[in-house]
Amino acid sequence: MLDAMKKAASQADGMGGASRFALHVGGVPGVAWLLLGLGLVFALAAPGFLSGANLHNVALQATVLLLLALPMTLVILTEGLDLSMGALLSLCTVVLAVVQIGTGSVVLGVASTLAVGLAFGLVNGGLVAGFGLPPFVITLGTLGAAQGLALMVGEGRTTMGVDAGIRWFWEGAPLGIATPLWMAAGVWAALHTLLHHTRFGARVFALGGNREALRFAGIPVERSLVLVYAIAGLCVGLASLLLAGRVNGGHPTAAIGMEFDAIAAVAVGGTAFERGKGSLGGTVLGVLAVGVMRNGLNLLSMPSSVQVAAVGVVVIAALWVDALRTRGLA
Amino acid sequence: MSTAVPSRPAAPWLLLSPEQQAVLLRLMVLGLICMALSFASPVFLHGGNLLNVLRQASLMFLLASGLTLVILCGGLDLSIGANVALSACLAATTMKASGSVALGCLAGAGCGLLVGGVNGLLVTALRIPPFIATYGMLWILHGMTYWYMNGDTVHGFPPAFRALGSGYWMGVPVPVYLMAGVLLAGTFFTQYTTWGQEVYATGSNTEAAALSGVPVQARRVAVYAASGLMAGLAGLVYLARLNSAEGDMGEALTLQAIAAVLIGGTSLFGGTGTLLGTLVGALVLTLVLNGMNLLGVSANAQPLITGVIVILSVMSDALARRRRGG
Repeated sequence: MLDAMKKAASQADGMGGASRFALHVGGVPGVAWLLLGLGLVFALAAPGFLSGANLHNVALQATVLLLLALPMTLVILTEGLDLSMGALLSLCTVVLAVVQIGTGSVVLGVASTLAVGLAFGLVNGGLVAGFGLPPFVITLGTLGAAQGLALMVGEGRTTMGVDAGIRWFWEGAPLGIATPLWMAAGVWAALHTLLHHTRFGARVFALGGNREALRFAGIPVERSLVLVYAIAGLCVGLASLLLAGRVNGGHPTAAIGMEFDAIAAVAVGGTAFERGKGSLGGTVLGVLAVGVMRNGLNLLSMPSSVQVAAVGVVVIAALWVDALRTRGLA
Repeated sequence: MSTAVPSRPAAPWLLLSPEQQAVLLRLMVLGLICMALSFASPVFLHGGNLLNVLRQASLMFLLASGLTLVILCGGLDLSIGANVALSACLAATTMKASGSVALGCLAGAGCGLLVGGVNGLLVTALRIPPFIATYGMLWILHGMTYWYMNGDTVHGFPPAFRALGSGYWMGVPVPVYLMAGVLLAGTFFTQYTTWGQEVYATGSNTEAAALSGVPVQARRVAVYAASGLMAGLAGLVYLARLNSAEGDMGEALTLQAIAAVLIGGTSLFGGTGTLLGTLVGALVLTLVLNGMNLLGVSANAQPLITGVIVILSVMSDALARRRRGG
């Protein structure tokens, strides 16, 4: 994993030029220092933080967020933003639970949640790319749409009791490794390959760096942009399998606001808004940092409201550092 | 802002500026919705229901008026709904603790203003993109409000305060007077003062405005502060109407306020729009939501409708821009 990340970083270097990570110190990216610092603080302050069970728990919990944050990295690389992810994830868990329990078929349930995720992704991408509309307002609109649909489909309450086949996505462990970890690794490998070994990946970096140049070169930017949002929608569908398996059902507001944790992970992972620079490896560390922070605060019995506010402060701090660095380079 | 004057003799309605034409068009849409609703539901034209619509629209307008300034200036404020909640909760607890309505109002409005000022500094001094800075602020405020309220509900306020939200003066709800006051003051400010014109200039072309000596950064901080103050005031009115405060109030209001501004014809790309348009937008949105309610559509569908309206408004804004070649 580490080797692959170094490779990813060096490849991104070739495309982006200057360093992408907030505050390199001693050749180590800032987000790694943040992760190390958080780990040290909680190891000292929070009893039980370093136990094997808890660390396994942190890794397991981080997988859902990772499935949102990895595609969010692509979206942000194109100078976009997807605010609809949390509401869409809630909608997908509701659809999954309602369809699976209604038909009794695990396959239909999985197919329907993936279809809903993909459909929302295509709508987001189509509106952003086809009409040239600002992504943050478009995805705020689809956030409302997804939230309304989730409340309507789920009739405002939790749909409980999915089949063991769905719970397998959270509880299963093929070859002794938990299914969520397999899925997280699979999505990372797929997106890494797309981003660094295909023409599409090169366009994603260029979309954020210099969209006009791509247009003048006659490259179909719109198609790549639609694909980025479609991938994001599909990944949300995949994440809903894990979340529904974990809570044994679907709830219309289960994941409200989770897109903000994803944005936080991407931001502290060193992906810049507005310049097409960043890496998936940074986002993986960012997800772990957010996960460790929430877990540690939880162990210190801080309410989730404090955790949310802490994530907000971290995002603003990360963006501030980013702005400082840009000013320094400019 | 104003486009080329047509060379052929203009029809009388073309003598109106494009912005006035846009407002006229929206008023016609408003009339159509009213007609449709009065046919569809016998209760709609009932005086009590119309006053209720006006009262709801005035709350939405208060919130959307500050947002209009921010969007005119080329920014965005996603934190207003969360600001409403924190301001209202602070006002509620202050009023309970001190027993003074004035102190409570001061706490609410002051909190709103302070949050708005911080937003302005994040965007200008720290150079964080507005949508992400105010989105981060949304979650910070949200967390602070939940932590501060700790799941409690504060309710039961003096009648003098509750009149702000649910009282009448000469047969008209009190918030409607507030709305009229904000509309008049805001329109005067944006249309007839240098300050207001500088906000338009900053929104339509920041660099050109800066080069011609407009204090761009100061105007930006000011519009975010104004938006925060209006969120604080809206929080007071909302609190007075509900007569109770809890952590999750106001969550749906941000999307609704954005919808009202965009329906009202203010361009998300900055520099075009009016407060009068936002008033019409607030009325249209309130009527749509009220009509759905009268026709028995579940309240669960409200975010869906609001979201679709936001997307359609942004699309028509972008198409109109493309037609003008902007």
